[in-house]
Amino acid sequence: MTTQHVSLTVNGQPMEADVEPRLLLVHLLRDVFGLTGTHVGCDTSNCGACTVHVDGRSAKSCTVLAVQASGSEIRTIEGMADGATLHPLQQAFWDQHGLQCGFCTPGMIMQSAWLLEQNPHPTDDEVREGISGNLCRCTGYVNIVKAVQQAAGQLSASESAPVAAAATVDAS
Amino acid sequence: MIPAQLDYVRPASLDEALRILVDREGEAKLLSGGYSLIPLIKLRLAQPALLVDLQSVPGLDAIAETDDALVIGARATHRDIHESAVIRDRYPGIVDVAGGIGDPQVRNWGTIGGSVAHADPASDWPAFLLAANATIVCRGQGGEREVPARHFFVDTFTTAIEPTEVLTGIRIPRRAAGVGGAYQKLERKVGDFATAGVAAIVRIDAGGTIVGSGIGVTGVSASPYAAVDAESALAGKRPGDDAFRAAGQAAAAMSQPVSDVRGPVDYKRAMVAELTVRALRRATERALAFNG
Repeated sequence: MTTQHVSLTVNGQPMEADVEPRLLLVHLLRDVFGLTGTHVGCDTSNCGACTVHVDGRSAKSCTVLAVQASGSEIRTIEGMADGATLHPLQQAFWDQHGLQCGFCTPGMIMQSAWLLEQNPHPTDDEVREGISGNLCRCTGYVNIVKAVQQAAGQLSASESAPVAAAATVDAS
Repeated sequence: MIPAQLDYVRPASLDEALRILVDREGEAKLLSGGYSLIPLIKLRLAQPALLVDLQSVPGLDAIAETDDALVIGARATHRDIHESAVIRDRYPGIVDVAGGIGDPQVRNWGTIGGSVAHADPASDWPAFLLAANATIVCRGQGGEREVPARHFFVDTFTTAIEPTEVLTGIRIPRRAAGVGGAYQKLERKVGDFATAGVAAIVRIDAGGTIVGSGIGVTGVSASPYAAVDAESALAGKRPGDDAFRAAGQAAAAMSQPVSDVRGPVDYKRAMVAELTVRALRRATERALAFNG
């Protein structure tokens, strides 16, 4: 079977490869690009451990062919931290004990990041609905919801911070 | 799970897609969002030699009202539909359906055309399209034809579309004054297929009589069906639980459920009856509140 050339942007970096058309996006990320932060859980589109962003939309990368994603911008868990500084969602999962074994965490964080982009101030019910395609078998979800809410507060505070700073400058 | 070997093309136009379907008839399968097809390919329940990805074909994802119809492009995702202003404003029954399909990631990528063409016997859209007397727009090289939903869902995973046609859109009759719709689904957990699902549309005249209705049922037969006996039971009646329960019994009597992990036959029949009542109650509230 012939291969096809795929070129895509992963966490801001242009990447390319020659792949069999049957290769799944999650295997392109993990096995070809070495980005093993994205996990394969159920491999049947149920558990969400493989969630990444494709052109800004959260997707289960076990249910997308690599060739389908050619030309797209992909964001994975490896693209979340800023150097040594964790993304607010990563920090919040740490602070709130939003994980035990950690297997679901990359998918949970990517799905939560998408959710907060759509809805920066979700209710607890909206968080639960937003991560309903992601399964965690350890935590019972309570601390995951707390973590997403902590991050929601931080992200919206950091967005309003420059405005507050500008107001202070104006006042002085 | 690794799919079997396959080939992949991404045509840039509908004409190109149609040409490929003709040239590779019997080998080619259309790929839209992929959230039904790729799991089947991974399980090797489907082994198409060639996937024809529609993502670069322009003009297939619009959602707009015309004088007589709400037209939803085949490549509109469940999320596009759920978030559409015109649908939020005027079609709450469609909001019921779109918001309850799969999970958020599935709704981000799964499309109405893909879902309808896939024709899973427990999928949600067919129930509503049957209830609403929608038509399915199919384009072939020879032109376009519209197939009534009530003739489209032929059997399990089997529809009236030809292998050389592309499903380009769905036409739902434009909502008129006194018309309301609703969809009620029972599922064991988020993302599961419906144990049973019932869509109801009612039209109530100024005198408060049901003058038209549509009932579509999914999950409890080889293929989703229009519960025409329930529709007959409602005709000319005053909306209320007596009429709704009679319709529910009629809808349940037409079901042919199988006993499986989602429950035994009697339970599923009882659920069809109850979901019909609930869908009719909500559709009636919406019909009475809608003045066009």
